[in-house]
Amino acid sequence: MQMNTAVTRPQEAILQTNKVIRNTYILLSMTLIFSGFTAFLGVVSGIGHGAALAANLVAIGILWFVLPRTANSGAGIPTIFAFTGLLGFGLGPILNYYLSVNPSIVMTALGGTGAIFLGLSGYALTTRKDFSFLGGFVMVGMLVVLGAAILNIFLGVPALFLAVNAAIIMIMSAFILWETSTLIHGGQTNYIMATAGLFLSILNMFQALLHLLGAFNND
Amino acid sequence: MDWMKIASALFMLAMIIYLFPRAKHAIQNSPKGSLQDWMGYVLPMAAVVLFIILLIALV
Repeated sequence: MQMNTAVTRPQEAILQTNKVIRNTYILLSMTLIFSGFTAFLGVVSGIGHGAALAANLVAIGILWFVLPRTANSGAGIPTIFAFTGLLGFGLGPILNYYLSVNPSIVMTALGGTGAIFLGLSGYALTTRKDFSFLGGFVMVGMLVVLGAAILNIFLGVPALFLAVNAAIIMIMSAFILWETSTLIHGGQTNYIMATAGLFLSILNMFQALLHLLGAFNND
Repeated sequence: MDWMKIASALFMLAMIIYLFPRAKHAIQNSPKGSLQDWMGYVLPMAAVVLFIILLIALV
C-alpha cells in the first residue's frame, strides 16, 4: 500500500505539471492572437504615443494589482486578456512607424521573436534542465536595463540605445528559459501567471528586436 | 522637457521600485549554478546572438 502511494504521488505531480504546461501554452497562444488583433486595431486607428503609454500604464496596473488577486479564479482569464489586449493596442505607434519605414522589419522581428521563443522553450522542455539559478541574474539584469533605459531617455545616446535593446533580448531569453524551467519542475503551478510572464518576455523581445533591426537598417 | 519623456521615465522608475524587493529575494534564494549549468545557458544564448546577427544581415 505504501509502495503504491510512493509511486502514484510523483505520477500525479507529473500529470499536474504537464497540465499546467499545456494550459500555459494554450492560453499563451490565445493571448498572442488576441494581442495581434488589438495591435492591428492600434495600427489602423492611428493612436498616438500618449494613448499607447496610457494603455501600457493600465496594463501594468492590471499585472501588479488585479492579476495576482484573480489568477486563482475564473476572473483570471478575462483579466489576462485585458492585460495582453492593452499591451497589444499600445504597440500601435511603434508598429505604424516601422510599417511606414520598412514593413519587412516588422515581419522579420515577428518571425525572429517566434523562432527564438520556440527554440528556447523547446530547449528547456526537451533537456529538462533546471534553470532556477538564473532567477537572480534575470532580476538584476532587468533592474540594470531599466536604469540604463531611464538614463538614455534623457541622454539619447544611440550606442546605449542599441546596448539596452541587445541586453533586453538576452535577459528575456534567460527569462523564457527560467520560466519554462519553473513550469517543468513544478515551481510555477498557476498557468495564468506563467502566461503573463511569458507574454511579457515575448512582447519585450519583439520590441527590442524591432528597434535593433530598425537601427541597423538606418531607420 | 517633453512630458512623454518624463512620463516614460516615471513609469520605468515605478517598475524598478516594484522589482527591487523581488530582485533582492531572488538573489538571496536562487540556487548557485555550477559551471555545467552556466554552459547550458551560454550555448543557447550564443545561438540566439548568431540568429540575431543573421536577421540583421537579412533586413
